[in-house]
Amino acid sequence: MNIIKDKSKYFVGLLAASMMLVGCGESKKKTIDPASIQITGTMDAVLTSPPYVPESVGNREAKKLIVNMEILEEEGTMTDGTTYIYWTFGGSVPGSFIRTRVGDEVEFTLSNHPDNKLPHNIDLHAVTGPGGGATSSFVAPGHSKTFSFKTLNPGLYVYHCATAPVGMHIANGMYGLILVEPEGGLPKVDKEYYIMQGDFYTTGDNGAPGLQAFDMKKAVAEDADYVVFNGRVGSLTGDNALTANVGETVRIYMGNGGPNLVSSFHVIGEIFDKVNIEGGSLINENVQTTLVPSGGAVIVEFKVDVPGTFIIVDHSIFRAFNKGALGMLKVKGADDKTLYSGVKQEGIYNPEGGTIQTMPTDGKPKAKVNTNKSLKEKIALGKNLYTKTCFACHQANGEGITGAFPPLAKSDYLNADVQRAIKIVLHGKTGKITVNGTEYNSVMTKQTLTDDEIADVMTYVYNSWGNNKTEVNVSDVMEAKSSH
Amino acid sequence: MNTICRLKVVIILLWFVGANCQSAMVSIKGGTYTPLYGVDSLQVTITDFEMDVYPVTNADYLAFVSKRTKWRRSKVISLFADKSYLSKWVSDTIIGADQSLKAAATNVSWFAANDYCSSKGKRLPTIDEWEYVAMANETQPDARTIESYNEYILSWYEKPKTFNSEIGSTFMNYWKVYDLHGLVWEWTEDFNSVLVSGESRKDVDTDSDLFCGSAAINATDLMNYAAFMRYAIRGSLKAKYTMRNLGFRCVK
Repeated sequence: MNIIKDKSKYFVGLLAASMMLVGCGESKKKTIDPASIQITGTMDAVLTSPPYVPESVGNREAKKLIVNMEILEEEGTMTDGTTYIYWTFGGSVPGSFIRTRVGDEVEFTLSNHPDNKLPHNIDLHAVTGPGGGATSSFVAPGHSKTFSFKTLNPGLYVYHCATAPVGMHIANGMYGLILVEPEGGLPKVDKEYYIMQGDFYTTGDNGAPGLQAFDMKKAVAEDADYVVFNGRVGSLTGDNALTANVGETVRIYMGNGGPNLVSSFHVIGEIFDKVNIEGGSLINENVQTTLVPSGGAVIVEFKVDVPGTFIIVDHSIFRAFNKGALGMLKVKGADDKTLYSGVKQEGIYNPEGGTIQTMPTDGKPKAKVNTNKSLKEKIALGKNLYTKTCFACHQANGEGITGAFPPLAKSDYLNADVQRAIKIVLHGKTGKITVNGTEYNSVMTKQTLTDDEIADVMTYVYNSWGNNKTEVNVSDVMEAKSSH
Repeated sequence: MNTICRLKVVIILLWFVGANCQSAMVSIKGGTYTPLYGVDSLQVTITDFEMDVYPVTNADYLAFVSKRTKWRRSKVISLFADKSYLSKWVSDTIIGADQSLKAAATNVSWFAANDYCSSKGKRLPTIDEWEYVAMANETQPDARTIESYNEYILSWYEKPKTFNSEIGSTFMNYWKVYDLHGLVWEWTEDFNSVLVSGESRKDVDTDSDLFCGSAAINATDLMNYAAFMRYAIRGSLKAKYTMRNLGFRCVK
């Protein structure tokens, strides 16, 4: 989006990188054999947990880089009320981010915590050698193994555990990213973040409470219960949202651990200015959605021009709204109305012209509204409406999506004030509210339902999922309308 | 003074209890079966033998090191046990405060386990013997095709910190043997005879006769995964290694 506006800056960046990446015109590609790069000195690698990345290599020389990584098997939160035994590199899913440059000699020590049950190893896709290091790093609990390798190819690479059964080790969270920067580092940007997608398979369905075990059958059938960013639902929403300011360039190192699913990575309301396709040297521009293979990665860059919350999703969209693959980038700063106006005007749309005020009825009498429905009937009709209208955001059992859509189940906000709730359905709601102790700052549009339908659907909601069993009548809806 | 006396009494008492437990063995009737990953990949014949009902406990092991001082933590030769040998113990003859006398003895090397069994006129089981007994559930000698049995084993592999559970806290199997699954890994005499490099994909490719079973992994066969994990842990060990999740029992 910013190519034209920022052309000069872009070309400077490109020039700096062009020595390494592309030879343009007559100037031949400069070929340095990376294997021949001499190392000078030793340094300890800084490792970071997601969504953060260590500082760029900048202009530093190739060095001997010491990487120490510990494997931990531990219980963690998958979503509110649901836990899972994660197997991790460095205590986080994805594992710690490793940042190197071409020519570094990485001395890698893998330690397996004594409390762990299983042997593990590491296969780094950045390694040229048998098993990507897996053969040399196979380590029993309470022990450690050291091996070293030279980084020969710049790019963004996945690492993962390759101990049998490989699928299970990956499915439990054993993956992460290692970046090999070209000489001089990648062009400088304002914000850099680290995201990795993974699919999880649990014995209980999505949202089932308690400690959930890994389900082998579902994994083989590729029937994921959770598809998430950074190992859990809500890792990048609410207080955990990524942040940036208007005018800044954001770079995301996006990997996909799998074990099974390919990601259609997309940021709603943004266009990627630059994408290093598959984490390699080829750069594509102006990309809406980029594919991240399982066991692969991409680098995306975009300038944020307008403020607001940008939703990060796997655009295989049910994964985003029903399985957890949803994050947020909150951009602060001044509006730019020429780039995005917001709502300018609301109006009534009558395709036949202003004089016709009612829909044609085909001569048949209009279905009579049954005003004497029993509570049971209202709930049944309400449920039907709920699954058509409300379900997509508030979810099948009213559980909502933490950080994005507030829950209706056992909702203190809902139960506190029936009239307020009706008005929200009538008029929509924007801005901060606190539901069951969690803050939400989102938008609900007003719903085009009849008074009767509102009464039914709200009766259904109030009589489900531990709510206070209020029966909402048409008269209540009319009262809410008139009090506005 | 008083507490120490009391402690001694308790230890002696438990020692007796432990000793009784430990001495209990049951006979296992031999048979022929196909191990999942065997040295010869084909059928294996097991002759009759006896197996300890329970894994060796901390109480048993405490009694052992009291007599065989060369296996005390301070005396042990590093060639025969690595640094984490009995690392949770407070001293040579006192186990850790959070350890139970009736829990399986862990952080013990193969050399130590082997010598323990010899001292009792026993030996460590072979992989084939151990797997033969371990494929039984409560009612059947070979439960490998039963889904719930496999799920139970897999779920233990995922459960952290089971090493401090007391012996007998899991199920008694068909042979009247307890705790083969669900408590700790166990040493076998020939633990390193099946070589798993840890790079499982490589093993599948190159050692095709050794791991022909791998090729057969399909959608529903959970058992391969459970067994492969046991072979993987054995493959990652050296005889001097000790681990918090690794104990042993004897046979004769």
